[in-house]
Amino acid sequence: MTATCPAPSTAPDPAPAAAFPIADTACRVVSNEPVNAEYRLLLAEAGPAALTAEAGQFFQLKCPPTTLDRPFLRRPMSVYRIDRQNGQIGFLYKVTGKGTRGLSTLVPGDTLEAIGPLGLGFTLPAGTRHVLLVARGVGLATLTPLVQMARAAGAEVTAILSARNPAMVMSRDELAAQGARVIEVTDTAGDSDMAQVEALLRRLHAEQPFDFAATCGSNRLLQLTKALSAEWQIAGQAAMEAFMGCGMGMCYACVLPVTAPSGETIFKRVCREGPVFSIEEVQSW
Amino acid sequence: MVDLSVQIGSVTLRNPVMPASGTIAEGFAEIVDLGRLGAIVLKTITPDIRQGTQPPRVAEFTDATLFSIGIPSKGPDYLLESTLPVYAGFGVPVVASVSADSVEDFGTLAAYISAPGVAAIEANVSCPNLRAHGQAFGMDPEATAEVIRAMKARTDTPIWAKLTPNVGDIAQIARAAEAAGADALVVSNALLGMAVDAENMRPRLGNVIGGLTGNAVKPVILRMVHQVAQAVSIPIIGCGGIANGEDAVEYLLAGATAVQFGTVNFIEPAAMEDAIAWIEAYCRRHGVTEVRALTGAMSPRHDQKSPLQSAVL
Repeated sequence: MTATCPAPSTAPDPAPAAAFPIADTACRVVSNEPVNAEYRLLLAEAGPAALTAEAGQFFQLKCPPTTLDRPFLRRPMSVYRIDRQNGQIGFLYKVTGKGTRGLSTLVPGDTLEAIGPLGLGFTLPAGTRHVLLVARGVGLATLTPLVQMARAAGAEVTAILSARNPAMVMSRDELAAQGARVIEVTDTAGDSDMAQVEALLRRLHAEQPFDFAATCGSNRLLQLTKALSAEWQIAGQAAMEAFMGCGMGMCYACVLPVTAPSGETIFKRVCREGPVFSIEEVQSW
Repeated sequence: MVDLSVQIGSVTLRNPVMPASGTIAEGFAEIVDLGRLGAIVLKTITPDIRQGTQPPRVAEFTDATLFSIGIPSKGPDYLLESTLPVYAGFGVPVVASVSADSVEDFGTLAAYISAPGVAAIEANVSCPNLRAHGQAFGMDPEATAEVIRAMKARTDTPIWAKLTPNVGDIAQIARAAEAAGADALVVSNALLGMAVDAENMRPRLGNVIGGLTGNAVKPVILRMVHQVAQAVSIPIIGCGGIANGEDAVEYLLAGATAVQFGTVNFIEPAAMEDAIAWIEAYCRRHGVTEVRALTGAMSPRHDQKSPLQSAVL
């Protein structure tokens, strides 16, 4: 994390914009710098509607064309930072294709066109006392603002960050700064396999029981978190992703198979009925 | 003051701009003012409840997308009870869109949803006819005519036939739809295409084949509108790669009375509102007082000028 990034605020939500709660806004890019070998942090000044974003919601970003690429669709990006005090939103992303290659060309002062906030974010049950976050890779970006939400609600947060190597552990400082207890597991240290993570989670739960679990970014971690939430009989949510057409619930391209209460598999739109789903209904990441 | 209103049969639109079926939904009203549009066209419904095709459902190209959604449908009761009330309050004609597996079901569904508040019904004839080995109704002039006749026999609500571009002679299909009583033609649905992922050696869409849409298809569909305009006298609604006011005017000049914006709604929610303003400014700039005068006003390059162009230039 760069030292110049302002700390996220826990200021109360501004009043939602009246007629059009979702804005198609032009945000001014404040910074767009690498945070490690693979990920970049994009910060932009945003309007009141965008600043109503909650943890787990996302924006549809217009990715600028480059000499090589002309991304046609917008790209969905979950909000990583909601800084209401400084009027900024932030996105943590990995350059993987033509959309994110375009995003990486934005420099301070440029315009970032962002539609949002979109989708359903995380919902903490009333009275939640100890939140478990389990994430790998860029899934951490999606879960980071949940720490802010949980702390504001008076809950403690323990975050398990899984990555290939310590340099790839995202958000460590950001999460810690917001008051989460952060535990890193990495492939290089040899403690990120499912058996060890499961043992770790069981030990933590025995020390101080979790009453809410959230996960994002890894199918194996999803399955583990789902199984443990069921065993411990605690509420859980998973933030999912999909390649989207519109991101606004219109095209039905981003559907995900989920298990309905009846037991049958139905499709739900990641953009509209998600991206945050109940952990019982999701099948795989 | 430019008169932007156009007439699609008995339906008056305050301007020629409307969304293509399936490209807006309830979420759109949270972002833009639907009350400014010429009409609101709803997503296609089927008589039965459908989940749609297996994902992935979209692949992206330069200026185009390939979608295969498979018409997920909550059925006609949901349309009447839940969808229509959402769009009733905008003071804009609401156009339903229907599809079915048989001619009879097209007729039954048209009758069932002919409720107050449904200004017209679009017949999406691009879906497979289960009694013709899955060939789309719209690929055959007689099957297209049968669908339109079945709907006209069961309702007084205007019927707009939305043609498929996946045919050899679009004018022939257009004439068949007109003869069967269609009140207007929507030209057209999506071009069939497919995409393969070379690295994992699989199709990029769960359904393998999908519909190509977006600005890249505009020249193809514009050509079809031009051909259909020579063949029929009922109004034509152009639909294919329209992303802005200039695209819309091109379609009007080629013979369309109104236009539908599709894929662009997914990317630029303000596109339709911006286009309405652009069209008005265009008319003013060209001394056109009524937008309907633009329909078919393209002048031949090697012949004498059209009356309109002679008048304004």
